[in-house]
Amino acid sequence: MLPRYILKRLLGAVPTLLILITIAFFMIRIAPGGPFDEDKALPPEILANLEAKYDLDQPLVVQYLRYLGSVLRGDLGPSFQYTDFTVNELIAEGFPVSLQLGGTALLLALVFGVAIGTIAAWRQNTRLDYALMGSAMTGIAIPNFVLAPLLILVFAVYLGWLPAGGWGGGAAGNMVLPVIALALPYMAYVARLTRGSMVETLRSDFVRTARAKGLPEWKILCKHSLKVGLLPVVSYLGPAAAAILTGSVVIEQIFGLPGMGRYFVQGALNRDYTLVMGVVIVIGVLIVVFNLIVDVIYALIDPRIRYE
Amino acid sequence: MRPLCLAALALLLPGLLAGCRQHTDDDLPAPARWQLPEVVYTEEGRPDPSILAPVQVLHRGNGTQPEGLDPHITEGVPSSTVQRDLFEGLVARAADGSLIPGGAERWETSEDGLTWTFHLRAAARWSNGDPVTAEDWLYSFRRVVDPATGSRFSILLNPILNAEDIIAGRRPPEDLGVQVIDPLTLRLTLKAPNPLLPEVLTHNVALPVHRATVEAHGDRWARPGAMVSNGPFKLAELAMQSHIRLVRNPYFWDNDNVILDEVFFYPTEDLVAELMRYRAGELDWTNQVPATQFDWIKANLADELEVNDWFGTYYFGFNTTRPPFDDPRVTKALSLAIDREIITDRITRFGQRPTFAFTPPGVPGYEPPQPEWAHWTQAEREDHARALLREAGFGPDNPLRVEIRYNTHEDHRRISLAIAAMWYQTLGVSASLINEEFRVFLNTRRMRAVTEVFRAGWIGNYLDPMYFLELFHSTNPQNDIGFFNAEYDALLARAARTADREERMALLQEAERLLLKTQPIMPLYTYVAPRLVKPYVRGWQPNMLDQHPSRWMYLLRRDSPSPEPRR
Repeated sequence: MLPRYILKRLLGAVPTLLILITIAFFMIRIAPGGPFDEDKALPPEILANLEAKYDLDQPLVVQYLRYLGSVLRGDLGPSFQYTDFTVNELIAEGFPVSLQLGGTALLLALVFGVAIGTIAAWRQNTRLDYALMGSAMTGIAIPNFVLAPLLILVFAVYLGWLPAGGWGGGAAGNMVLPVIALALPYMAYVARLTRGSMVETLRSDFVRTARAKGLPEWKILCKHSLKVGLLPVVSYLGPAAAAILTGSVVIEQIFGLPGMGRYFVQGALNRDYTLVMGVVIVIGVLIVVFNLIVDVIYALIDPRIRYE
Repeated sequence: MRPLCLAALALLLPGLLAGCRQHTDDDLPAPARWQLPEVVYTEEGRPDPSILAPVQVLHRGNGTQPEGLDPHITEGVPSSTVQRDLFEGLVARAADGSLIPGGAERWETSEDGLTWTFHLRAAARWSNGDPVTAEDWLYSFRRVVDPATGSRFSILLNPILNAEDIIAGRRPPEDLGVQVIDPLTLRLTLKAPNPLLPEVLTHNVALPVHRATVEAHGDRWARPGAMVSNGPFKLAELAMQSHIRLVRNPYFWDNDNVILDEVFFYPTEDLVAELMRYRAGELDWTNQVPATQFDWIKANLADELEVNDWFGTYYFGFNTTRPPFDDPRVTKALSLAIDREIITDRITRFGQRPTFAFTPPGVPGYEPPQPEWAHWTQAEREDHARALLREAGFGPDNPLRVEIRYNTHEDHRRISLAIAAMWYQTLGVSASLINEEFRVFLNTRRMRAVTEVFRAGWIGNYLDPMYFLELFHSTNPQNDIGFFNAEYDALLARAARTADREERMALLQEAERLLLKTQPIMPLYTYVAPRLVKPYVRGWQPNMLDQHPSRWMYLLRRDSPSPEPRR
């Protein structure tokens, strides 16, 4: 049952991705300015040479079809901005970094977020609850670009415990601050989501029954309530995971990390058509995959949901 | 769980407070804590080994990620900085920016100024040990102008005979005016005399590439493992968005005088982050300084702030193809009403110099012409501006309304606001501000359809006023102000044909005077390049092009008790 369901869903994703590619392709082309517009304008002959080199002198439809063809062959084309590199190479270098960073942050956000949310719900309306939710609210409210420099200032400049930036080949020391900066807002959000649904769950009949039967509190919390209380978190997780794993422009720029996130924004600003498209495709695929995973997990947690 | 959140909160508060403090932080290395040895030189004029740090590894912030390292293709400043460390052109630059022999030991010019003969250095070697020959140079020059290469800056080689036609695809690259006389002699034939050719030859498009390497690796030759270069350093690592590591090239002909063993270049797009990394000791040299931190830097790191005058002009242009900006009285009035000193003292702040000319000072033998009002007081300028505008028919009953357009950036916004305020206060002109994303802005500006007043800046790649003035030649596609003046074009054409440097400069000066007379542009200030440099980094000097080859730099021994910077 399950493999067939997954296959069906994956096949269903193909037209979605196709539409995504088409819309993104034409939208970035419509934007004024081209990849070779600089403060110092290129003379027309040179522009013509470059456009010929990158096929940009062809009609848009021809370019589109050629692009689709090369995407199907797994070739995302050359980058216009990073002249020595192909988009495949850029993504192949950047994605693992974003994955490692985002994966760690996601795990951290999930574990601590759920724990904090559960405790807050369990001690609902106590000082502990208010303190935790107040912190969570702060975590959501403080943007990354404020938090990250503060972390650097305290832990790298004043205390000198950790590096102020750089990847260092993925050394643990280099990961600590960016992971924290990346995870905190997500952690806070997960905590609030968890608390909200746990508060409701803890009031439901089956929890009362469990309590009446004299089950130990930790068992009620962790085994029975959490399973239900986690549903909203799981559905939040799909898009959140896709976003966090493809990297964060802010975090990458502030910490000088070689991830993939900045390629999206920079690619768009530089009109690096192929690079933007490459990142769009990766993000699109990730969203499809994570939504699928979420649905599968949903069905595993909630017996009322069945694969169609 | 709870402690974690509280800890996060706890660390935020002192951080926030610290960020607000404006005065000396006691935990920062005060300048006095850098105990550095007195610089002594050997008889050959090199720094004495006893004063040098045992580890000669320099960490440089370098702005945005270089697009690539193929010197013939890229156009950005960050990539050319790295390329000039990797490769050596026929002509090189000393630490102070002056021209010195590079791959060519000497050169001579024919009497008519059209033929340049370069005598190559016999000791010059590629980083794999191959000799650098005239054939290599021939191959490199042809490669740049070959349309198939896709060079962004090949037009800089336009002074060479037939380059223009080859770039446009009208002739084969073999027709380029470059000849091999013998393995150590190269001849360049120009289409017109150009006394400033050596300046052009320092640009990255005039750097040589190793033919066998390029042919063997194609598009991937400019990578570690493949790249062969002829400069003081060779490429060891290229990690996108992380760092570029160069190591000493033992085959470099002047290797004995190179002191640094390794140079790291880091992309530092976020200026605040760059400052943090500098403060944490991870960078010895920043690419820029965040203007927002000016007060803090002045209070805490004043000794390490190095402000380099830079060969560029920040200006606003008028679209003179549209009324009322086709009336010189209007543009002149608008330009005179701006108090440039307020802009440089209160907004840009890093020592930018107010200017009324377009070409920045600094070209040997060229004095940028100053219009008469450059010597007036601001009050006189404003009186004159009011009179001019009245004359042009604008006043309380017929107020002038203008649009100021700029690309989205905080500094441009603040300057545009100041301009709008000055115009309103002095002339009663009401200005509205429009910002556009950079590439959209470039496009709007170029179309000359909707623009009125727009921000612009121009930075020279080599020291030649022509690099500035030809921007407003009537055929220049980037003549966004729509300045079409036959006399101006004729002066530039005459200058381009003049072999005598002095005479050429005089013609260019006349052209610039003509340009400034009607003020189709409103020059505001000459750029500066402010950066932080650790006091132990020596051997570099400020220069107009803000080019600082690592070849000349070295690190002093640090005797201070302050902890060694962590890497």
